[in-house]
Amino acid sequence: MSIDKAQAAHVAKLARIRVEDDALPALAEEFNTILGFIEQLNEVDVDGVEPMTSVTPMRLKRREDTVTDGGMQGRILSNAPDAREGFFAVPKVVE
Amino acid sequence: MMPDPKNELTKLTIAEARDRLRAGDVTSAELTRACLAEIDGAGALNAFVHKTPEIAMERANAADARLQARGEVPAMCGIPIGIKDLFCTEGVPSQAASRILDGFRPEYESTVSAQLKDAGAVMLGKLNMDEFAMGSTNETSTYGNAVNPWRRSGDDTALTPGGSSGGSASAVAADLCLAATGTDTGGSIRQPAAFTGITGIKPTYGRCSRWGIVAFASSLDQAGAMTRDVRDAAIMLRAMCGHDPKDSTSADLPVPDFEAALTGDIRGKKIGIPREYRMDGMPAEIEKLWSDGTAMLKDAGAEIVDITLPHTKYALPTYYVIGPAEASSNLARYDGVRYGHRARLAQGDGVTEMYEKTRAEGFGPEVQRRVMVGTYVLSAGFYDAYYNRARKVRTLIKRDFETVFADGIDAILTPATPSSAFALGEMTASDPVAMYLNDVFTVTVNLAGLPGIAVPAGLDAQGLPLGLQLIGRPWEEAELLNSAYTLERAAGFVSKPEKWW
Repeated sequence: MSIDKAQAAHVAKLARIRVEDDALPALAEEFNTILGFIEQLNEVDVDGVEPMTSVTPMRLKRREDTVTDGGMQGRILSNAPDAREGFFAVPKVVE
Repeated sequence: MMPDPKNELTKLTIAEARDRLRAGDVTSAELTRACLAEIDGAGALNAFVHKTPEIAMERANAADARLQARGEVPAMCGIPIGIKDLFCTEGVPSQAASRILDGFRPEYESTVSAQLKDAGAVMLGKLNMDEFAMGSTNETSTYGNAVNPWRRSGDDTALTPGGSSGGSASAVAADLCLAATGTDTGGSIRQPAAFTGITGIKPTYGRCSRWGIVAFASSLDQAGAMTRDVRDAAIMLRAMCGHDPKDSTSADLPVPDFEAALTGDIRGKKIGIPREYRMDGMPAEIEKLWSDGTAMLKDAGAEIVDITLPHTKYALPTYYVIGPAEASSNLARYDGVRYGHRARLAQGDGVTEMYEKTRAEGFGPEVQRRVMVGTYVLSAGFYDAYYNRARKVRTLIKRDFETVFADGIDAILTPATPSSAFALGEMTASDPVAMYLNDVFTVTVNLAGLPGIAVPAGLDAQGLPLGLQLIGRPWEEAELLNSAYTLERAAGFVSKPEKWW
């Protein structure tokens, strides 16, 4: 499996990280180095092995499905780069 | 008793300081002022990246009031510590050493730092680290490198303190604070502890709440203590552990008195020596350290057993699928909307451009690399080939440990790192995989969710500290600490870096 420039651009797009065109070949090469390292896992016989889903076998705690927190709009917005009229503000999303 | 010169106070262990605070022999305000002075004089180490002297003095005075009230006070009351920048601390910059969290001041306190605060510990400031804890040298930090207080003999080359908890390690080793918090996803407490001649413990996954700690890989991340010795690790860890309803993976188990378990008696305990950790090309000094450590535990009455952990070889590639996969999900929250950095937008830029430019500017190269690798291994068509396969291999790695523990092994002894500290800049060259090999002895422990501790055990020919690692059974930190305590006493490591900063 080898990643080319176009695939590297696709991954960057999926990750929502802008990568300039001239940086793509080097990025593709880095991906290939790392993926080459990861390919070792293909040597392992994993037939019939369950993927690990929980580090420690434990049943997650249940609680009442009720609101336990809230009423802190000002604190929630206090770190926003752009907050207006009690909301987070972003560039126009819908035409 | 003559009063100590102020700079001697910062060299105290937690246990010594606790006893003297309780005896009224020293005040927390004195200890704290002494640490603040050391921190101000240690800019060259770049360990403390946000200093909080006002908060420190306020908490020190409050601790002194508690101590004077003569009631029962927690062991950490009045002890000046540093907090890794990964922990959110209310009103104090907490940016995981990333540009993308520039200016972020949390409105809340992480559970672990809150527990330390409630116990009366005094926060001196925030400590340098690799960006989002991704790195083994502290060179990916937006604050610049943290520097190891140790130098090779007769050589003033700046060395890495290790990473990602590099600032924590440097600060404790240089006597800027009595102890520090760290976090460990693949070795980020144990490797820097080994590089700086201090003790670092990562408890069992689920012992410490992850709430309020900036997430890297949620199934691997654990907080822990970085201290001068094993007793201090026991004292500080106890204050950090405990169930937290705000972290669904936090274990609802009682936290024992770890310090009370330090008897130094390990007679009859079975210590496993895993053959797969004997790597090709391992430096002779590491090999010798390991066999010396084995002999010390044997002399203390432990039974030494050769064991096999057959999937060890696959731990690093597994980690470099699971870690990035979880990171790519966790770091999706940095989008320039709710907190931190937002890129300046051009005319006509929409929300997608905002995300892409913000993340390109805010994340450093290693973080970008891991987020993209994680995105790739989780993407349609590759999920099974990479991510699911890695999770299956992880099951096998954990099973290796379960098998030896079921066979009666109490703890496993390995080297902590494949080398001593190396020069800053030495590993930053083109190959990210070479850098990843630093975690070869530590990463299995995170994959299996086990407790692990690094203990300084000797110096190499260049005069740099080397550490050994002990790995324990799940939830048996008390017993693990006792084995580490026995090893520490036998090794008798007392060296300190010569002050040059």
